[in-house]
Amino acid sequence: MAKLPAYTTPLERVWHYTYLLICALIFLFLVAPILMVMPLSFNAEPYFTFTQKMLSFDPAGYSMRWYDKILTHGMAAPEIMRWSKDWWLDAWENAQWLHAAKNSVIIGVSATLLATTLGTLAAMGLSRPEMPFRRAIMGLLISPMIVPLIITATGLFFFYSKTGLAHTYIGVIMAHATLGIPFVIITVTATMVGFDHSLSRAALNLGATPLTVFREITLPLILPGVISGALFAFVTSFDEVVVVLFVAAFDQQTIPRQMWNGIREQISPTILAVATILVIFSILLLTTVEVLRRRSERLRGISPA
Amino acid sequence: MESKSTLQNDAPLTAADGTPLHKALARATRRAKWRAFLLVFPLLAFIIITFAIPIAQMLYRSVNNTAFSDNMPNLVEYFAKNEVTGVPDEDGYTALVADLVQAREAKTIGVVATRINYELPGARSQFTSGARKAARLEAPFKESLIDIDEDWNDPHLWNVMQRAANPVSASFYLAAVDMKYDETGNVVRAPENKRIYVPLFLRTLWLSGLISVLCLILAFPVARLLATLPLRYSNLLMIFVLLPFWTSLLVRTTAWIALLQSQGVLNDILVGTNVLADENRVQLMYNQAGTIIAMTHILLPFMILPLYSVMKSIPPTYVRAARSLGASSWTAFWKVYFPQTIPGIGAGVLLVFILSIGFYITPALVGGSSGQLISNEIARHMLQSLNWSLAAALGGILLFIIIVFYWLFDKVVGVDNMKLG
Repeated sequence: MAKLPAYTTPLERVWHYTYLLICALIFLFLVAPILMVMPLSFNAEPYFTFTQKMLSFDPAGYSMRWYDKILTHGMAAPEIMRWSKDWWLDAWENAQWLHAAKNSVIIGVSATLLATTLGTLAAMGLSRPEMPFRRAIMGLLISPMIVPLIITATGLFFFYSKTGLAHTYIGVIMAHATLGIPFVIITVTATMVGFDHSLSRAALNLGATPLTVFREITLPLILPGVISGALFAFVTSFDEVVVVLFVAAFDQQTIPRQMWNGIREQISPTILAVATILVIFSILLLTTVEVLRRRSERLRGISPA
Repeated sequence: MESKSTLQNDAPLTAADGTPLHKALARATRRAKWRAFLLVFPLLAFIIITFAIPIAQMLYRSVNNTAFSDNMPNLVEYFAKNEVTGVPDEDGYTALVADLVQAREAKTIGVVATRINYELPGARSQFTSGARKAARLEAPFKESLIDIDEDWNDPHLWNVMQRAANPVSASFYLAAVDMKYDETGNVVRAPENKRIYVPLFLRTLWLSGLISVLCLILAFPVARLLATLPLRYSNLLMIFVLLPFWTSLLVRTTAWIALLQSQGVLNDILVGTNVLADENRVQLMYNQAGTIIAMTHILLPFMILPLYSVMKSIPPTYVRAARSLGASSWTAFWKVYFPQTIPGIGAGVLLVFILSIGFYITPALVGGSSGQLISNEIARHMLQSLNWSLAAALGGILLFIIIVFYWLFDKVVGVDNMKLG
C-alpha cells in the first residue's frame, strides 16, 4: 500500500484503515468457504463441522477415510486384497466416483474439442472488419451463456426426445459444446483485437497458402486465447449438471451429477473430499490461465497495464 | 487505393485486368464478406441446431399440446362440425363414449385425463372411471353416461374439452400467469390463495435485484482497492477473486452448506464464542437467507471483474486534481471518481441480475421452500409433475424477461465488449 500523503487528516486516516479492514473481510468472504472445505474433508467423524479433536490438532481427529471412500464407494469387494492389482481393477471398473470421473472427462474433452474448433474458426471470421451482421451473430453466439440453463435444458429435452439424441453421449457432448462456445468466442476475439493483420498479408504475399498462414502465423499468436477459451469450455462442461439431469441416461453419471445426488440424498463428508480435489484442480487451471494471459500480453506486445 | 495523378484523361480507373476499379473493389469486398461469413457459418449452423431449434421447440410446446386432440378423434371431429355451447346433444355423447373406449384400449386415457385435469381439477378420476365403464354403456349414451357420473353433464367440462380439442391454446400461458378460463370461457385471475407463479416471478426478480445490490456493495470497495494498488499486490489479491470464479458451482454450494447448517461451522463459532446459546442456533440454510448468501458469494466475481476493468482505466490524476482544487475527499470521490465507474456498475449489475434470474442449482440445494426461484418450478414441472407444456410456458416467460435484460445489456455494455478473467 502506498504511503498516505502528508495532508491526510486524522479522520481520513481512520477511514483509510477501516476501508482496508472492510476489503480484507470481503476477501475473506470470497475465499474462506472454499478453503474451509479442505480441512473439513479430513474429518474423522461424519460431521460437516470441526470437532474438538480437530481444533486441538489431535491427529485422531483427522483421517483420510472420506478420500478412501471416493475410491471404494461402489466397489464389489473393497476390503479384499487392498492395493493389489485386482483391487485396483475392481476400483477402476466399479467405483462410482471413478465411473463419474471417466464420464466427465470423456464428455468434457469431446465437448471442448468441438467448441474450440468451431469457436476459434468463427472468432477469426467475427474479428474481420468486413464480417456482415457482426453484432447480431455475436449476440446469438454468446446467448447460450446468458439464457438460463434450465431453459436450454428444457428445449434440449424436447428436441432430443424427438431426434433420438436423448440418453446418448453425443447429445450431452453437443449440448456442453454449445454451452462452452461463448467462452471460446469471447477469449479468442479478445486475442484477435491486438492481432496485426499485416502479418498474415505479408505471409500470403510471400507465397504461403491460407492454411500455412493459419498454422504458422495466426495460430501461434492466438494460441494463448484459444487455450484459455478451451479451459473455460472444459470447466463449463465439467461443472454442468442441469443439462445432464435432463437429457442424460441414468447411468451416465458425471462428477457434478454425483455430487448433486450426494448432496440431495445422503450427504456425507465424501462430498467435501471430492470438493477438495476439485478446488485443487481449479487452482491448477487458474494458474494455467494466468500464465497464458501474461504470455499472450507479452506476445502481442501489450505490457501488463 | 490511391490513383496516380499521371492518369489525366477521363477514362474510368481500371484494375489490372481491365474491369472498372469500383466494380473490382465491390467484388473484392463481397468476396471478403463471404470469406468471413464462411468462417462463422459452421458454428452458426451448430448453434442453430443445438440451441435455437430446441428453444423454438420449447416455445412451440408452450402453445401446442396434442394430448387431447390426438387421442380423442371422434370428439375433435364432432366439435369441428357442430357449433356447440355448453352441453351437447346425444351425438356429442356418442363421440365421447367412442373416444373413451378407444382411449382405454390404446392406453392413452391417462394422458387425456391429465390434460383435462390441468384445467379442471378432479377430472382425472372421472375420465379414468368413465373410460373403464364406457365399453358396457348402451345408447342413449347421454343418459347412461350421466347415470355413471353427474359431472358428465357439466357445461364447464364440455367447454374445457372443446378448447382442448384444438391443440393450439393459450391456456398454459394463462396458467403460468395465474389466470384461467372460468365456467363460461372468460379469462379470469385465479383466486388469491391459488396464485403461485406471479408471486414466484416477483420473488425471483426481487431476490435477483437484492443479490445484485449486495454484490455491488461488496464488489465496489474491493474492485477499487485492486485498481489502485500497485500491480504486484493487486495481481496477488486478484487470486482471491479468481479462485472462487474458477471453482465448481457445486463445490461452492457444498461449502456453504457446511458453513451455514444449524450444526455447521458458522453456528458452532457463534455458539463457541457465546454469542448464541446452543438452543438458539440460527437457521441460515434451507430458507431465503441461504439462497441469498450463497448466490451473492457465487456471483460476486462477476461483479468485481467488470468493475475492476473500468476502474483500472480511470486516471488517478483526476481525483488528485480535484483534491488540489480544494475538494474534500468525499466530494472528490462522489463528484469525480464515482461517475466514471458507472459503466462498470451498469455492466456488473446487469450481468449479475441476468445470471441470478436463471439460477437453479443453488436455490434447489440451499433454498428450502422459501428460497426457490422460478427455475426450480420449471424443473419441478419437467421432472416430477410432468406438466411439460406449463414448464415450457413458464420457460417462455422467463426467456422473455432474460431477452429484455440481455438487450439492455447489449445497449449498455455491448456483447462484443465482454471480457473474462
